[in-house]
Amino acid sequence: MVSNEMTIQLKEKIETLLKEKFPNAVLNVSVEYDFPVFEIEKNAMLDVITFLKNAPETGFGFLTTMAGLHYPDNADKEFGMMYQLHKLETNERIRLKVFTSKNDLKIPSLTHLWPTANWMERQEYDFFGFNFTGHPNLVRILNMDEMNYFPLRKEYPLEDGSRDDKNDKMFGR
Amino acid sequence: MSTVDIKPEYKPEGVEGAGFFATSLDKVVGLARANSLWPLPFATSCCGIEFMATMASHYDLSRFGSERLSFSPRQADLLMVMGTISKKLAPVLRQVYEQMAEPKWVLSMGACASSGGIFDTYSVLQGIDRVIPVDVYIPGCPPRPEQVLDGILRIQELSKNESLRMRNSPEYKAKLALYGIE
Amino acid sequence: MTKQAESNQTTESEKVYNIINLGPTHPATHGIFQNILKMDGEIIMDAEPTVGYIHRAFEKIAEHRPYNQITPLTDRLNYCSSPINNMGWHMTVEKLIGCEVPKRAQYMRVIIMELSRIADHVICTTIIGQDTGATTGFLYFFQMREKIYEIFEEICGARLTTNIGRIGGMERDFSETAWKKLDIFMKEFPEYLSEFQNLIERNRIFMDRTIDCGPISAERALAYGFTGPNLRAAGVDYDIRVAMPYSSYEDFEFNIPVGQNGDTYDRFMVRIQEMWESLSIIRQAVEKMPEGPFHADVPEFYLPNKEDVYSKMEALIFHFKIVMGETDVPKGEVYHSVEGGNGELGFYLVSDGGRAPYRLHFRRPCFIYYQAYPEMIINGLLSDAILTLSSLNVIAGELDA
Repeated sequence: MVSNEMTIQLKEKIETLLKEKFPNAVLNVSVEYDFPVFEIEKNAMLDVITFLKNAPETGFGFLTTMAGLHYPDNADKEFGMMYQLHKLETNERIRLKVFTSKNDLKIPSLTHLWPTANWMERQEYDFFGFNFTGHPNLVRILNMDEMNYFPLRKEYPLEDGSRDDKNDKMFGR
Repeated sequence: MSTVDIKPEYKPEGVEGAGFFATSLDKVVGLARANSLWPLPFATSCCGIEFMATMASHYDLSRFGSERLSFSPRQADLLMVMGTISKKLAPVLRQVYEQMAEPKWVLSMGACASSGGIFDTYSVLQGIDRVIPVDVYIPGCPPRPEQVLDGILRIQELSKNESLRMRNSPEYKAKLALYGIE
Repeated sequence: MTKQAESNQTTESEKVYNIINLGPTHPATHGIFQNILKMDGEIIMDAEPTVGYIHRAFEKIAEHRPYNQITPLTDRLNYCSSPINNMGWHMTVEKLIGCEVPKRAQYMRVIIMELSRIADHVICTTIIGQDTGATTGFLYFFQMREKIYEIFEEICGARLTTNIGRIGGMERDFSETAWKKLDIFMKEFPEYLSEFQNLIERNRIFMDRTIDCGPISAERALAYGFTGPNLRAAGVDYDIRVAMPYSSYEDFEFNIPVGQNGDTYDRFMVRIQEMWESLSIIRQAVEKMPEGPFHADVPEFYLPNKEDVYSKMEALIFHFKIVMGETDVPKGEVYHSVEGGNGELGFYLVSDGGRAPYRLHFRRPCFIYYQAYPEMIINGLLSDAILTLSSLNVIAGELDA
């Protein structure tokens, strides 16, 4: 594992802060390469991120990106969201993860913290079907409105179903 | 592969004498059409950047009489489809094609427009010939500007050799009907 | 008051707005974007952008392709500067497998990345010129892009979608001709750039059209997740090449140009200045170019020489494994970002040890900052909206993934 001193220090600093402030919210802490990763309890997520953004000792003011995750085999934790926060002043970055069950895809929206979360969340809704509560306009963004499934879920195929030229004859079989 | 012999300095067959040249109307009209094609660049992605290179001074498409881009479909002769067409965009492409006045030609530039290319996915139309008829396909991902020039020359070749009645012929109407275009 | 007069009064008090459909195939928008604008005369009151017209499902394809087959996908993200995307992806995988790339390969990569940054900015700046009515700049300066293409062609064989470099280094050393062409480029480019700059940057028409056109404050830009030249035009000096140096960027001296107002003029000027900086980085890299191998010793990922494949057992096995995508990769998740032509291009890669990534997410700068577009154009003129769009340099391939 490549993880330098500063990443570990940052991890410990944030871990102590979070555990002090939200005793039950942090489920798991690890270091993945050059990123400290925190798994956060879903219900506490909004408070934790608000704290990380606004508190002077953390001040992660920049939302770098977010991505949906799908692990069909993890019972009750099938779906997850990954958030990456960045503190530009000190150049510190952290990654947060939230997991939820496939029966309850509600995840609080971050649109009131960062306007940039708007389209990012719409994209993850489009791909995975997360229901971001509090999002002002949660509709599909990249795919057609008529699409009736969430294509990035693992159970759906990549290929377009309408092609008939990709049969065995094409490959000389 | 087609074996069209492309002759840049083209002169139709006819009777020549001192101070006159006589040929059929088809050929004169074809000659005029071929050397003043107004392309409508329907550029969506990477191929559009190579088209910009084709238009710019190095490759200079205007040498072939096509420098006047018509962004309005009403005045365009040649629909150049460059880049991936997604299923979301397919109705738009079809509408643009329907808005064009006859005679019109379609050039499909690059692998994505011709067949979906490397994007055999749920969101990409697998070739524009599923929604509109195509006259010339240019292979490549993206094609080099030379290939684009070659494609345009082939369109010119088609328009030179087209009979004046072709667009009213039952064969042509039947071809359009295959795509559901009246 | 008669009935007639009454009805006249109501129509006067009710404002009439026009709805204009800008796109998806509008001549002035370079690429496929749709904006439904609510217009009061020529003033934009409201804008509703629609994107996704060339959604190609990169993230889904990536889950089905071996690691070396994902490089061609990254080409087609921001196709104005494909090599940066290629390198970003290689470095992501190298981070995952813990591979140290030799200095020479890193310097070669820096040269290629800076060349493509110039190519990207050439497109954006000339298009801003084109949209303000200065076609000469486009026709004149685009010749430089051809020169860059020729260098790329000499290095990798392709012009636009380059698929340049390999996981672990470069696929081959620069040839003699490539060095020669690079030398010619370094001599000619400053002339072209300064002439283009002199032609446009103090031009009264250009300045009147671009100053205070589509401005955004630093605070709003950060809230909207801006990165790259568009953020720097607003006055924030955030550049990944300095903040998190990769590929030996720490070895080079360069400045980060910043603007003040975040308007179209500043975005244009930041890009022009960045071209000068890129040129200086290329010069330094050429001067300091170390000797040594051009790829790391990672036989599991780096294709062996073809002669070895025919004569050596080991090389044949590795060749087979790489081509068939049977290489073992470590489990883990890694994020790597590079300074793309338009900002922070990030790759978030989750590997479960299989032949393809379990999940690959691209942080695409265009997608993230384009959502600020309505805010930037509202209460402005329609013609300013067109300029703002071209100065943001939104690339459809990157926008829609």
